[in-house]
Amino acid sequence: MTAEGLAVEDLTVRFGRGARATTALDGVSVTVPAGHTVGLVGESGSGKSTLAKAILGIVPAESGRVLLDGTDVSGLGRHERRAFLRRVQLIPQDPYSSLNPRRTIAQTLAEALDPAWARVRGHTDAITSALEEVALPADAAQRYPHEFSGGQRQRIAIARALITRPEVVIADEITSALDVSVQAEVLRLLARLRRELDLTMLFISHNLAVVEQVSDEVVVLRHGHVVEAGTAGDVFTAPASGYTRALLAAVPGRREEGAPLT
Amino acid sequence: MTATTGQQTGRTTEPDRPRARRARGGSSWTSFALRRLGGLVGVVVVAVVVTFVIVPLIPGDPAVSAAGPDATVDQIARVRAELGLDRPMLERFLDYVGGLLQGDLGHSFSLNAPVSEVVLRRLPFTAGLAFLALLVVLAVAVPLGMAVGALTRGGRRRRLDSAFGYTTAFVAAIPPYVMATLLVLLFAVTLQVLPPAYTRSQPGLSMLLPALALSIPSICLIARVVRRETAVVLEQDYLRTARGWRLGTLRTAARYALPNLLTSTLTLSGIILVGMLGGAISVETVFGWPGLGLGVVNAVATKDYPLVQGIVLVLAVLSALMTMLVDVLLGIVDPRVRGGQHG
Amino acid sequence: MAEPVTATVPAAPVARPGRLRWNGALIAGTLLLVVTGVVVTIASLTMLESAEGLSPDVAQPASAAHWLGTDDFGRDLLARALVGAQASLLMALAATAISMTAGVLIGTAIWTAPRRIREFALRIVEITVSYPELLVAVVLAAILGAGRWQLVLAVALANIPATARLAANLSGAIHQRDFVTTARLTGVPRRALIGRHLLPNMAEPLLIQLAASFSTGLVAMSALSFVGLGVQTPDYDLGRLLADALPAIYSRPLEVVGPTLLILLLSIGAMLVGDGLAAAADPRVTRRAPSTPRPPVTTRPAREQDSSASPATVEVRDLVVRRADGTPLVHGVSFDIGRGEILGVVGESGSGKSLTALSLSRLLPEGLTAEASRLRIAGTDLLGRPTRRELADAVAMIYQDPGTTFNPALRMGSQLTEVLRVHRGKSPREAREIITGLLEDVHIVDPPRLLRSHPYELSGGMRQRAMIAAALAARPSLLIADEPTTALDVTVAAGILRELARIRDETDTATLFISHDLGVVEELCDRVLVMKDGVIVEELSREQLRSGEVTEPYTRMLLESVPRLSATPGVGA
Repeated sequence: MTAEGLAVEDLTVRFGRGARATTALDGVSVTVPAGHTVGLVGESGSGKSTLAKAILGIVPAESGRVLLDGTDVSGLGRHERRAFLRRVQLIPQDPYSSLNPRRTIAQTLAEALDPAWARVRGHTDAITSALEEVALPADAAQRYPHEFSGGQRQRIAIARALITRPEVVIADEITSALDVSVQAEVLRLLARLRRELDLTMLFISHNLAVVEQVSDEVVVLRHGHVVEAGTAGDVFTAPASGYTRALLAAVPGRREEGAPLT
Repeated sequence: MTATTGQQTGRTTEPDRPRARRARGGSSWTSFALRRLGGLVGVVVVAVVVTFVIVPLIPGDPAVSAAGPDATVDQIARVRAELGLDRPMLERFLDYVGGLLQGDLGHSFSLNAPVSEVVLRRLPFTAGLAFLALLVVLAVAVPLGMAVGALTRGGRRRRLDSAFGYTTAFVAAIPPYVMATLLVLLFAVTLQVLPPAYTRSQPGLSMLLPALALSIPSICLIARVVRRETAVVLEQDYLRTARGWRLGTLRTAARYALPNLLTSTLTLSGIILVGMLGGAISVETVFGWPGLGLGVVNAVATKDYPLVQGIVLVLAVLSALMTMLVDVLLGIVDPRVRGGQHG
Repeated sequence: MAEPVTATVPAAPVARPGRLRWNGALIAGTLLLVVTGVVVTIASLTMLESAEGLSPDVAQPASAAHWLGTDDFGRDLLARALVGAQASLLMALAATAISMTAGVLIGTAIWTAPRRIREFALRIVEITVSYPELLVAVVLAAILGAGRWQLVLAVALANIPATARLAANLSGAIHQRDFVTTARLTGVPRRALIGRHLLPNMAEPLLIQLAASFSTGLVAMSALSFVGLGVQTPDYDLGRLLADALPAIYSRPLEVVGPTLLILLLSIGAMLVGDGLAAAADPRVTRRAPSTPRPPVTTRPAREQDSSASPATVEVRDLVVRRADGTPLVHGVSFDIGRGEILGVVGESGSGKSLTALSLSRLLPEGLTAEASRLRIAGTDLLGRPTRRELADAVAMIYQDPGTTFNPALRMGSQLTEVLRVHRGKSPREAREIITGLLEDVHIVDPPRLLRSHPYELSGGMRQRAMIAAALAARPSLLIADEPTTALDVTVAAGILRELARIRDETDTATLFISHDLGVVEELCDRVLVMKDGVIVEELSREQLRSGEVTEPYTRMLLESVPRLSATPGVGA
């Protein structure tokens, strides 16, 4: 196995101090090999979003390591850290808060390419092709976020994350605020991008069916512990842990075997 | 003076972290009380430091102004030694704090009396005035704001809404001392039913106009706050729940709207009421009301710095106490505040 | 495949760019300020001589030459008031500029600072805000001494904490938003973070604060001059003029009029501007409901129909829900629900499913009206005037639980027993016993403990079970569940679904179950209506839905959109 990709080793995150401290992540290890999508499933309080934040350094880890292509990112200097953050991009959950309402789509995308000055000029080609990638017309660039629906905004957020051609994408519950039909479209888009761009992605969701659709491997998280990890096929067909089985059993409306759609 | 509430976001995203379940019972009260007490201590400490710093910061030599215009060099030197101005700063500060702990606020040279005595004489006047104004404000503003808020909910009765909005904006914009002047013009000069200034023989009667001058603008401000908060609360999910249980308008209003309304109202009212204490400074001047407000103005005018220090300190502590009182009320009304979940 | 997204997710009502929405207060306030400003500026240029020059016309009453009369030195009182107002205006503007700039800088910088510095600075700001502004100004005036610019500085400094706190609160709120997080992660430098992301999104509240600062500044400065700590004779501003006029109030009340009037004009102007800006920025105010007040929720017959006895618990015929302007949102929906039946209604946002439910419970939001040719629940005709008691007997609701469906100020026990005490006349003790039993039925482990709790101390699942218990307390004929599991985790949601199924099996309560999730609906409901744009597009039995026997393309699209687990665990759970 190569060291290419993102790896989290024995990561522990605690909030608060003293007797009031709560452990959000307790010795969690997750590997996202290059070119793979790893689905991270868990219920609220499982620590799945905390893991995303800890990887990006938004919350401090108490112990453990985050490795990108085999390099520990914790000891990086300011400059290298910035480079790391360009190689790993986050797509946030809420389509209504992920875009600055006062800036055009072009300005938002330009900022990802040019954080210091966010000049649109000189990046128009990149912006157009980034929008094209997520199936939005080029004239979307001149418009403001409120002119788009939730699904379209989420596409823009995806475009923003992908425009720098990151090595790893972290998608945090990106479809949970959307209507089912829109969610389906965003998932189709992700599937296509995964094929075309050979994405390396950590896909976080509470929805097992969604995770199954986009992931090669699955990690099940509960109360800050990894309960189960394996290939999607293994975890969903032959879950080893009782918790995973309970989760799967709770999914409503599981189609009876062999029932066709017509 | 428009109080701005935090924006309400309709969408709630469950934080993906284990919610700390708080232990029920006494411990939340204890920690709540401790936090609030801590806040009070902070406010008092800053006030002590700031009031001490007033004297060294003032341009010119305080000993010169204290000794008076005709003083000789010797006299000035004696006053300087008396005031301790010839000693190092830290020593003087420790002395100041030590004095405060023993209730010694220094000596007023313009009145030639202990500052604590002057403050004690004046305190009841300001406290009485503020208390009366506070009662009037809360008794009028809260029901008025609630009534208008309920009547105009969801865009109903737009005429009443805008009439209320404009009237209160108009009245609230009148500064307390202008309000005082207008009241004097109307009740004392034109109608001649109330005394225009403090008269020793009729303290109760002469309190009416200052109290009105202080409370009328605040009534309008707080009524506006209550009206807006009522509109917000009436749109909350739990009100829909109560309506679904068909509890009737009165019961719903009393048990579901009112307590939640008080939380935000009290928070904002606390700020406005502290502002009212500031308003007392100018209103007392108009009516010659012998309270702390007039006292501090006279003290600044006569450059009686120990007196300025003492009164400012007392007023600052008074407003801190008022803020804490509001906080404690909030804790009683809304358990979430106690639990510390309310920011 | 083509991917045009046409979902009708409403745009969030947060700050959006666009032109300022002018309203009455804003226009009136701006006009007042501008006109007063122009007049006093012209006056200070042309009337300086009559305002300050001594003349023999001493202590004149009002006349054509001197509209407000003259003072003891023969100076025109109107001219003095106007020139004094110009001084006050300029000073207030200067103070506002200083306090806003400093306050906003401090407030936004606090939030881009490291955590320790931030918390310390926030505490300091919090402490400074708790002193009365005027008192702080008095102290500063004492330190700085009397005079115009000292006064401006004193008032400006006293106003900084309030502005800084507002700016800090606003930036704190914006900091929570994802676009700031992504910008920081991208490496956007601090000044750009403030300039691009924080300040533009704080514009409206800061404008309102600007108006407020101007108004408090004007009032505070006049107050200081008034009590003699500000501008000193022979210099003058409005406060000084008012103070000079007051001793003579009995002999020459007219002298008070000029300064009073000008202070009022300026501060009311500022207040109106602030108010207008607040109204323009507040989506709640701009979202106007009807201009002509209508009865809030009425259900009135569209046409008569013979009322033959039917076994259904719920009968709905031709239900139309309209906005106040007449736009229909639900277009003539008809359905029945039998005793002990669970009817599912599925649809995406904007399909009218929730409005249909709210019409049945007569809880439509303000400004919406429902009409129908028939609307009955058990024996109750909702088109008539059912009493509260009848309504409580007929229908109870369970809502989505984002944590806000219970009154945060009351303990659960007092809320859950409410229905029993009000409608069944039970004593608090009896009501508690009944509700304890119901809570046990919905598998709450320790009901007495739950009854002692406040809502925020409970988990979402517990609150939702409690909500079901409260709904059942009234023994309603119809139970409406509006997205009851949407905010819950799957395992918790599964438990809630089991409770609803149990209620159907054990009682003859009819249930209307609303959801966007076909998977959930398929598992629980006996019959399903698919709604889109206010119309029922298809009715399906559970079997039809399970086997995918759907005819409408929309239903098919929905079905295909639902993410499904394709793999099934070999071992049954």
